[in-house]
Amino acid sequence: MSRIQTTFERLREEGRTALVPFVTAGDPDLEVSLALMQQMVAAGADLIELGVPFSDPIADGPVIQRATERALANGVSLRDVLALVRRFRETDRETPVVLMGYLNPIEVMGSVPFASAAREAGIDGALIVDAPPEESHELVAAMKTQGLDLVYLLAPTSDAARINAIGEVASGFVYYVSVKGVTGAGNLDVEEVGGKLDAIRAQIALPVGVGFGIKDAATAAQVAQVADAVIVGSAIVGQIETLAGEGRAEEIAATIGVFLGELRTAIDTTDRVAEHV
Amino acid sequence: MGYVMATRADEIATGDPAMAGPYRWPDAQGHFGPYGGLFVPETLMHPLTELREAYERYLDDPDFLRELDADLRDYVGRPSPVYHAERWSRELGGAQIFLKREDLNHTGAHKVNNTIGQALLARRMGKTRIIAETGAGQHGVASATVAARLGLECVVYMGEVDVARQEANVYRMRLLGAEVVAVKSGTRTLKDALNEAMRDWVTNIDNTFYIIGTVAGPHPYPAMVRDFQSVIGREARGQMLEKTGRLPDVVMACVGGGSNAIGLFHPFIDDQAVRMIGVEAAGDGLDTGRHAAPLCAGERGVLHGNRTYLMEDENGQIRETHSISAGLDYPGVGPEHAWLKDTGRASYVAVTDDEALAAFHGLTRTEGIIPALETSHALAQAAKLAPTMAKDQSILINLSGRGDKDMQTVARMDGLQL
Ligand SMILES: Cc1ncc(COP(=O)(O)O)c(C=O)c1O
Repeated sequence: MSRIQTTFERLREEGRTALVPFVTAGDPDLEVSLALMQQMVAAGADLIELGVPFSDPIADGPVIQRATERALANGVSLRDVLALVRRFRETDRETPVVLMGYLNPIEVMGSVPFASAAREAGIDGALIVDAPPEESHELVAAMKTQGLDLVYLLAPTSDAARINAIGEVASGFVYYVSVKGVTGAGNLDVEEVGGKLDAIRAQIALPVGVGFGIKDAATAAQVAQVADAVIVGSAIVGQIETLAGEGRAEEIAATIGVFLGELRTAIDTTDRVAEHV
Repeated sequence: MGYVMATRADEIATGDPAMAGPYRWPDAQGHFGPYGGLFVPETLMHPLTELREAYERYLDDPDFLRELDADLRDYVGRPSPVYHAERWSRELGGAQIFLKREDLNHTGAHKVNNTIGQALLARRMGKTRIIAETGAGQHGVASATVAARLGLECVVYMGEVDVARQEANVYRMRLLGAEVVAVKSGTRTLKDALNEAMRDWVTNIDNTFYIIGTVAGPHPYPAMVRDFQSVIGREARGQMLEKTGRLPDVVMACVGGGSNAIGLFHPFIDDQAVRMIGVEAAGDGLDTGRHAAPLCAGERGVLHGNRTYLMEDENGQIRETHSISAGLDYPGVGPEHAWLKDTGRASYVAVTDDEALAAFHGLTRTEGIIPALETSHALAQAAKLAPTMAKDQSILINLSGRGDKDMQTVARMDGLQL
């Protein structure tokens, strides 16, 4: 069983919802990223989504775009992200790490070399934002060969046929984008999200995470009532930006740790809607 | 007979194995061989499907085509003439040069052929707001123009760097009632404007139509923009037959994203004897790395929804481009050009800023036609090629736009301040 499966299995038995933080690797630098990953786990993160910087992040809002630019200014590449995870694995063998990024850096490396390097580094899966099922046959095959999961996005506009097509190739979990827009956008309507998750679960047996638009403990708690995983990105990355901008990079890990602790508590004390427990 | 409908009419068999039979690319998934496709986030799948369905329906809809034809005639001023540049041909001392005068279109470039088509489609789809990206500002102006005419809200995304160097066009767009948003992310140029337009689109898909300005982007844009621009080649093919009694030996155009080039080339693709040459921007020179020539000096990759040739580094990050002409300053190129290059049906070369500038002056002085700097790249290549050809041969160049917008840039190169 993969680390991702094991994690969701355990959470299901405990009746808990996963807390999944997203950070951009190398923002503001790779040393901070490593400390941050370790601290986030200590604060209750169940799985880490690690953003791979790309020069043209079309699905990201301003906060994550700027994080990407900070990382790129340091020359952080896909190879550096793999090396970062290898170092993280020296002390953490349990927490799944999923890369989130765009296709071109992988395209340039090649799907097969990427998948084998990812496995060797201790990565568990990848969510490639601009590689929909119809364009990712090669990547799916390469990842499968290495026993790695490919996570896919689902949107409010995904109809039954799309959900079905994604269900056929997705593994690990699926990621429901809770608002029409880019990362960090808008206000989410938990009732609407819940309804959509029911439709997704009717077709896909995997755990369903919800992300985009979760800003604080209150929204995290609301989403935790209906989702299998609460994914928080811009709200974390925004705090990293502020601290890095004030020259307080050494406080980043601790500050984000405290924030995740609050989210953890809020998620664990909320009542899950019965049918999903 | 509609302009768009006629695309399907002139199909002649070819001998090339990769291109066996009449040319019919893209395939149903929007692929041109290994290029093109639909590399977008799930959030864009629905609007793109909606667009493809509408486009496929109206492409064969006589009522839509009548409306399009009428606008191209009465509003754009089509057909644009083909002009025999006799004096310039004589000066170059070889092949006869013919110019397809897209500079005479309303708004001064070929861009409007496409914005008219897409805006009419937007209206049929019930969209009330259009968005566009722009580099030089030509596509932004062409979008703002049709939005004004159809009473649609219009937002144009433009890199902050381009806003500063294309002030006059920014003002034109605002006069036309468009909102111009300066994009501050990435390299602050055309590619970043495209990123920002896509972000707007995912956020506002219910009422918004995204008019892409060239044959790039996810399927169906490369095919759709080509079909709207193919009016150039269809007219020119007939005009050359009428004027010279035969087809041109060479058709030539500058290539930024590649829309004016594919618009000229496409109706000639099955005429195997006609050579097709696309001209990219070599900037300071291909060996300096400061250029915008992905077909000549780039590698395969995925950007803005399609697989194509790109300017990228060894880690797959998109590289900054350089060209004297903002309209060619783009790190990618339409996927169909990538395919035409690989199959050998078209060839691609690049000319430097200096060569383009020399051709700009050459045409201006001998013919009294001031071309756009983008177009001047094609003219520079023609100036190299013509002397190697016989006097009874011909080169047909797409004169994609007029140079009024470039007065400041050219004056600065000459050490003047306007
Ligand atoms: C006059 C002119 N020609 C050519 C281009 C390049 O675009 P494309 O390669 O799509 O024709 C532009 C773009 O702004 C332009 O304004």
